[in-house]
Amino acid sequence: MSTPTTVEPAADPRAPLFRRLPVISHFNKSVGLQRGMLVAGLILTTAFVLTAIFAPLLAPYGYAQLSDADGSFPAQQAPGGKHLLGTTVGGYDVLSRVIWGTQTAIMVIVVAVLMSIFIGVILGLVSGYIGGWLDRILVVVADAIYAFPSLLVAIVMAIVISGGQSSLLGGIMAAAISITVVFIPQYFRVIRAETIRLKAEPFVEAAKVVGASDIRIMSRHIYKNATRTLPLIFTLNASEAILTMAGLGFLGFGIEPSSAAEWGFDLKQALADTTSGIWWTGVFPGLAIVLTVVGLTLMGESINDLNDPRLRGRKKAASGKGGPDSNAAAKAGIQAEVSSS
Amino acid sequence: MTTNIDKRGTGPVLDIDHLKVTFATDAGDVYAVKDVSLEVRPGEVVAIVGESGSGKTVTAKTILGLLPETAISSGAVLINGNNVISVSAAKLRQIRGRDVAMVFQEPSTALNPVFTVGWQIAEGIRAHAHGKGGKVSAKEAKSRAIEALRKVGIPDPENRVDYYPHQFSGGQKQRVVIAAALALNPGLIVADEPTTALDVTVQAEILQLLRDLRDKYGTSIVLITHNMGVVADLADRVVVMYQGDVVEEATAKVLFAEPKQEYTRKLLAAVPHLGRNSASEGLTARAHQGGKVLVEAKGLTIEYPGRLGSPGFKAVDGVSFTLSEGEVFGLVGESGSGKTTIGRAIAGLNRTTGGSLKVLGYEMLNLKERTFKPLRKEIGFVFQDPAASFNPQLTIGDCVAEPLIIHSNPSPAQARKRVGELLESVQLPASYADRFPHELSGGQRQRASLARALILNPKLLIADEPTSALDVSVQAVVLELFKDIQAEFGFAALFISHDLAVVDILSHWVGVLYKGKLVEQGLGTQVMGAPQHDYTRRLIASLPVPDPDEQAKRREANRALLAG
Repeated sequence: MSTPTTVEPAADPRAPLFRRLPVISHFNKSVGLQRGMLVAGLILTTAFVLTAIFAPLLAPYGYAQLSDADGSFPAQQAPGGKHLLGTTVGGYDVLSRVIWGTQTAIMVIVVAVLMSIFIGVILGLVSGYIGGWLDRILVVVADAIYAFPSLLVAIVMAIVISGGQSSLLGGIMAAAISITVVFIPQYFRVIRAETIRLKAEPFVEAAKVVGASDIRIMSRHIYKNATRTLPLIFTLNASEAILTMAGLGFLGFGIEPSSAAEWGFDLKQALADTTSGIWWTGVFPGLAIVLTVVGLTLMGESINDLNDPRLRGRKKAASGKGGPDSNAAAKAGIQAEVSSS
Repeated sequence: MTTNIDKRGTGPVLDIDHLKVTFATDAGDVYAVKDVSLEVRPGEVVAIVGESGSGKTVTAKTILGLLPETAISSGAVLINGNNVISVSAAKLRQIRGRDVAMVFQEPSTALNPVFTVGWQIAEGIRAHAHGKGGKVSAKEAKSRAIEALRKVGIPDPENRVDYYPHQFSGGQKQRVVIAAALALNPGLIVADEPTTALDVTVQAEILQLLRDLRDKYGTSIVLITHNMGVVADLADRVVVMYQGDVVEEATAKVLFAEPKQEYTRKLLAAVPHLGRNSASEGLTARAHQGGKVLVEAKGLTIEYPGRLGSPGFKAVDGVSFTLSEGEVFGLVGESGSGKTTIGRAIAGLNRTTGGSLKVLGYEMLNLKERTFKPLRKEIGFVFQDPAASFNPQLTIGDCVAEPLIIHSNPSPAQARKRVGELLESVQLPASYADRFPHELSGGQRQRASLARALILNPKLLIADEPTSALDVSVQAVVLELFKDIQAEFGFAALFISHDLAVVDILSHWVGVLYKGKLVEQGLGTQVMGAPQHDYTRRLIASLPVPDPDEQAKRREANRALLAG
């Protein structure tokens, strides 16, 4: 351009692919306390995932194991010796149960969140874009589900799906589907609101005037733009999924101890122990739940803050004089930020 | 009040000395203001002009200490002996409102919708009374608010002081904002683009008000604007900024008559001047009448449905016009005149509700997307905001190729080749196809937008305010390009704009819309030179020309017309 006012964008302001991946780009953007929160969340979450993957190697015993070559495990043994974190009233090894529990938790998270994302996103897109009576009905249904206490819905679903008690797969599916039912309205709402906003954007109208079909507009233009906030809801919902799962287990709608290890169930079993001074059966599964939820929440919250330029902390600008070279790159950056928000 | 006037004395009201402002961003530090020094004397109107990114608004915000946390400023901004940059927050609060006040760009967002205007004006009065340890009674605060409203020419201030912002029109809201700024009779008002959000006829009134304030009360005004016409109309002295630096400083007369710097000259040359460079110059009759009529409106009415029980709103009311092959039809009007609605109806984005609108022979009254779709490839559309009309997730190449892919399903190589050709014809390098929209500047994006509209070689192009989001110098280049391409491709175009001068540069035939009615149409030179309808006359009289002497003459000549 011949005019002096145009800022020529830098040759290629895009960083290499791995630096643009969600969590890594967030880490690079963060400073100070926000970076601390993100790192703490990342460490806890990574530890959680690694434990789940390597549970068979890490756990000294199986989750349903009651005896080894030396004979039956003693019941309610204090931490130490062969059983690092002690044993429960039923004779299970607490450490092994806590470690195997991560697997159950992660399966529930993955199944529940994936199902609710798929269904929620599709319903939200269609409902928001097409509107009319379909939209009204879906919104009413979503509101109705919101009106129920989520745990109540989860209990009802658990009873419907598996009669309340079940095997590993049945238990996980019961928990996951009940969580899905509670979560779909959240994804539905977010995607629908974004879709309605995007529907009025000029670039959607631009697609309309060139004659693009509805399906093309939804899949090519709205879908990608509407789903940018999903990683955030995913991390926040993951922690909620664990809490719902534990709540179900605690109320007795979880998974039988012989089918899988489940923290909520263990907490329930430990309830009676507390009065007799046996703390280790309750503290460790409880701690596992707390640490996992804290890790996921910290990660989610800091990603949320980092995504919002107004909440994001920055390094202080140097107050000295600056050269014009750095200015050009920075301007391209600002331009990018402004147009992407 | 009297103490304030005494304090003013003869020294400068505002003295900015070597101001530097730096912002911390993700991409490193941005030097928004590099080295700015200027002073404002009592009763003087100083205009800071510049295009976007010149640092003019940042300078204005520094005067009131309104910079965000990420900014670091150095240098000195002296207001009545206080350095705004270094004073404490409490002291700064005392200075704001009493010594310096601000008028914002968008009056409808600067006022809080849940409080009456009287309350909002009195807020500043109360805040400063507390500072002195005294209290202002509700009655006194109200009477002072009424006084302030009277000063800015709001009729019947005794009653209207209890009105809410939504009960005022846009121009009146801006008057209220100015009244709030005046409540404590500050020596200096910083007006950041005070008329940009307003229509030209309203703009003329607000400019008159600001001039009266200066003449009657001796208030100094720092006027931030990008509009050279506004500068010529109001300013005594002009400071031209470019990329954070002061390029030139001179009195308005000198600056417009003999600009010294290359940049200032370019800037002034780019400003469209009504009556110069008209597309219909030399024409005596309407051109292109031999060809096919592409768009024909007869008594076209478009009504937006009202709420339950209330009647609908007629955005377009009985409009009739034709647009023939190869012709450029300019549609001018202020906000709410229905010009955009007409453009969108032709593109099938809005439904018509009455009369007849034939687009390429298709009756839009009973529009069915399925039967209209084949015709869409004959219609191109350029949107107002180039930043928003591209999908941020797709590359420019994908966006430009989209019409082609939908209508003719080409191979990727063919599509790429065609996109390259089109980008080159709008003077963009073909390699830009791989860039994302945010990596282009506003002007480049609008060219890409033009390329997308033209990729199928349409017979008809609808351009809805295509340059209003661009800086003047960029606008000049885009307009020039548009003119060249229209001559080369020979498409018919409906050019919609609120800016008479811009429409005149491009259009052979001009229509003026007012409240949904087409009040006048004719050759550009005729409409601009000898307007027939009262509204057109007022519109042309309100448009400030970028020349202080000429503008002063026009202002005198048109005073009676504008008052009526």
